[in-house]
Amino acid sequence: MGYMIEGETGPWEVVIGLEVHAQVISKAKLFSGAAAHFGSEPNTQVSFVDAAFPGMLPVINRECVAQALRTGLGLNAHINLVSRFDRKNYFYPDLPAGYQISQYQHPIVGHGSIEIELADGTTKTIGITRLHLEQDAGKSLHDQHPTKSYIDLNRAGVALMEIVSEPDMRSPEEAGAYLRKLRSIMRYLGTCDGNMEEGSLRADINVSVRKPGEPFRTRCEVKNVNSIRFVMQAIEAEARRQVEVWESGGVVEQETRLFDPQRGVTRAMRSKEEAHDYRYFPDPDLLPLVIDEAWLEELRANLPELPDAKKRRFMQHYGLSAYDATLLVSEKATADYFEEVAKGRDAKLTANWVMGELFAVLNRTGRSIEQSPVSAQALGELLDLLADGTISGRIAKDVFEIMVETGEAPAVIVERKGLRQVTDTGAIEQAVTAVLAAHPKEVAAYKAGKERLFGFFVGQVMKAMAGKANPALVNEILKHKLG
Amino acid sequence: MRLTELTLAEARKRLRGREFSAAELTEAHLEAIAALNPRLNAYITVTEELAKSQAEAADQALARGDAGPLAGIPLAIKDLFCTEGVRTTAGSRILAPFVPPYESTVTAQLKRDGAVFLGKANLDEFAMGSSNMTSAFGPVENPWKRKGAEAAKLVPGGSSGGSAAAVAAQLALGATGTDTGGSIRQPAAFCGIAGIKPTYGRCSRWGIVAFASSLDQAGPFARTVEDCAILLRSMAGHDPKDSTSADRPVPDYEAACRRSIKGLKIGIPREYRAPGMPAEIEELWERGMAWLKDAGADAQEVSLPHTKYGLATYYIVAPAEASSNLARYDGVRFGMRVESDDLLELYERTRAQGFGPEVKRRILIGTYVLSAGYYEAYYLRAQKVRALILRDFTEAFSRVDVLLTPTAPSAAFEQGAKMDDPVQMYLNDIFTVPASMAGLPAISVPAGLDAQGLPLGLQLIGRPFDEETVFAVAAALERAAGFTHLPQIRAGV
Repeated sequence: MGYMIEGETGPWEVVIGLEVHAQVISKAKLFSGAAAHFGSEPNTQVSFVDAAFPGMLPVINRECVAQALRTGLGLNAHINLVSRFDRKNYFYPDLPAGYQISQYQHPIVGHGSIEIELADGTTKTIGITRLHLEQDAGKSLHDQHPTKSYIDLNRAGVALMEIVSEPDMRSPEEAGAYLRKLRSIMRYLGTCDGNMEEGSLRADINVSVRKPGEPFRTRCEVKNVNSIRFVMQAIEAEARRQVEVWESGGVVEQETRLFDPQRGVTRAMRSKEEAHDYRYFPDPDLLPLVIDEAWLEELRANLPELPDAKKRRFMQHYGLSAYDATLLVSEKATADYFEEVAKGRDAKLTANWVMGELFAVLNRTGRSIEQSPVSAQALGELLDLLADGTISGRIAKDVFEIMVETGEAPAVIVERKGLRQVTDTGAIEQAVTAVLAAHPKEVAAYKAGKERLFGFFVGQVMKAMAGKANPALVNEILKHKLG
Repeated sequence: MRLTELTLAEARKRLRGREFSAAELTEAHLEAIAALNPRLNAYITVTEELAKSQAEAADQALARGDAGPLAGIPLAIKDLFCTEGVRTTAGSRILAPFVPPYESTVTAQLKRDGAVFLGKANLDEFAMGSSNMTSAFGPVENPWKRKGAEAAKLVPGGSSGGSAAAVAAQLALGATGTDTGGSIRQPAAFCGIAGIKPTYGRCSRWGIVAFASSLDQAGPFARTVEDCAILLRSMAGHDPKDSTSADRPVPDYEAACRRSIKGLKIGIPREYRAPGMPAEIEELWERGMAWLKDAGADAQEVSLPHTKYGLATYYIVAPAEASSNLARYDGVRFGMRVESDDLLELYERTRAQGFGPEVKRRILIGTYVLSAGYYEAYYLRAQKVRALILRDFTEAFSRVDVLLTPTAPSAAFEQGAKMDDPVQMYLNDIFTVPASMAGLPAISVPAGLDAQGLPLGLQLIGRPFDEETVFAVAAALERAAGFTHLPQIRAGV
């Protein structure tokens, strides 16, 4: 049995669906020519359309449509060649027109699916209900003045994709894996940068609980959670709350809640009495969005290789395990780095170095692979020195550490520090002879059958030669001398 | 002859012949406005300085020989068109302080062609009305008088009442209007001038304060059909800034006015015989048919069975869109604001004081018909009926080339009449609304006077984007009608 919340009345299954708002990567907003750049001075990226001045009209940005289509294709989804924009009406100062232009009845993308990988090595398919395009709102700043709120309209009108999943997830882990996979796909496609801190990816979580085998019970929506960790925490907190409500004889009310990460609990955001009637209706300023099939095929033909396909290729072409391949393709930059190093080299060795030494350094220094202190080319050069016997594996690790610190080329470090591997059989024989002479007891024990001592002799020889001896030659000469 | 009496076409010819200057023509109009506008209230804002500098520029262009097609022609601009640096009120208190930092596409094209803007014409608030009585800047007086009742002030119709009154009283050679359910054609009929609402999508809506986006369409007023044709050619054309603007070439409408109508088929929709319609309007309609037959056209009866639902459907669709379009007037970014420490109160006070009663009524109706639980019964059903109305027209146009109807069910009425019963007021639009719902081009041509000496108009409705046939038939009707009557109040009288 999978993830369950243990209640007083037995185990409860958690049912999770996610609504993700992903900011479209685009130079301009969804319906205006204003720029959509993050981090600009307040109210500097606002056109008269965004500020909803009288007589201003929306005109759809073709690139935003292309991005939604690419994402739909990446989610293996049905593309609706005819879709429509609706107005969602409500008053708020950061919504200048008094309505948000969204796609309510007829979204641009219909059913799709993505496959997630779980820690136990299994995979699971999560259904996508729909993807639609809509405008973002502006931002209300409540901390700039003692009694007034300030409005920043830079984000008003920026294109968002709302991606709605089926209620197919059953644990915080699955929800986390889904978000990571979705983000990975969009980053591969270049349609959303997936940056949750900057708000370009936000999640609303629908959570309900039920006894195994039951139909769905009432769900609650936890709004606007801005990190994968918080999403996972919020699910657990909300599921536990619902179990307590049910088990204490109460009824879970359908409502919108917020997650408080400090206290690790969710709380109600607004009650039903305050629920909005959004008065959706088709936006009369916009014609139906009709997608030209030839254009769609052109977009499809130019899609980059996506994580699942890349994983299959890494397994087939490089002979990597499923686990290694999954890890390497999760970020496109990592996969690109790996492939650059692996080109013309031993793929498994490359994978081990990337996932071992390199990941360790990145974790330790808190850097992304794009900021790696060791370039793919430099790591490749290091592996070449290893492969041609210039240095031993142990020395390679030392050289790598120096590369991290100084940024020097591996060959330069090897020369400067005199780390070149000794392949002079005379010198090795000399060292072997000296080690055997210094340990007569161990030699006797070895000869009496204690063969495990072979490693001891190797170690002693390497120590005597400051690690620079060629291990294969050391083995060969030792075996010969020990008879 | 006074310069203000000229038709636009005559004035254009004589300006080119240097018989008088654009400055003189403009000055004559500014003087007439100074004399009569205090009484008629046709203009909310008179842009004297702008007009003089535009006239001067037109004279220079005329001297250089590179003048645009409207060089030096003085026009009134309905105060629903945003004009850069010139206050644009939409006839509402809520926009009273609003000076747009941009120029609407239609007025930009008129400027490009050399027109002179005399000022911003009065209108019903946010173009909602059929009498110009809902303007926050006061009613407009119709320059026409009932025989023997000169003291009674009549309405010019609406919503483009100021534009129509200004052109009729010779306070401009032409004017821009907008028509959502009849707001060009009905005031044209009430004021004894011509006015055309072109096909939806023919003129850009960019920069026009929105009332009902799926219906709003700009068009010209003038004292002759030919003058309307001249103005429309400058106003029309594709605009990438308006997604509903049609990407089609603009034909030579002026040339279309000279086309023969021999052999054209004129449809007479039997459903336009409204019960209670005055006999003299019915008679005028009959006369119109006869004139067109005399000019070589054939007339035949056609049926538009869903016409009877037109008005009810319109008063669902238009308020629904308006309720959403007017949400932006919240006191936050532009226009009027009534201060408050509380956000909701700021909204409520601003909108309560900023909007007049008719606008509030339509926002309430629109909000209601879009509400959860009512949307299907009202808005969605109205959209279905709208599709049926369009189908009626499409079928009729498979048999005829143009439809002839009365423009309005009555002549101009007194200021203050019909104000206590909105439905009576809405009935003014009964003949104009169907063409709006179907997005079709329709013109009102002055065709005669009623027994009290008030002008009556006939409407011609054409196929989508076939304004040329509409102009050809309208010009023929105009020639046959020989309407030369003038209003009692006009420049120089």
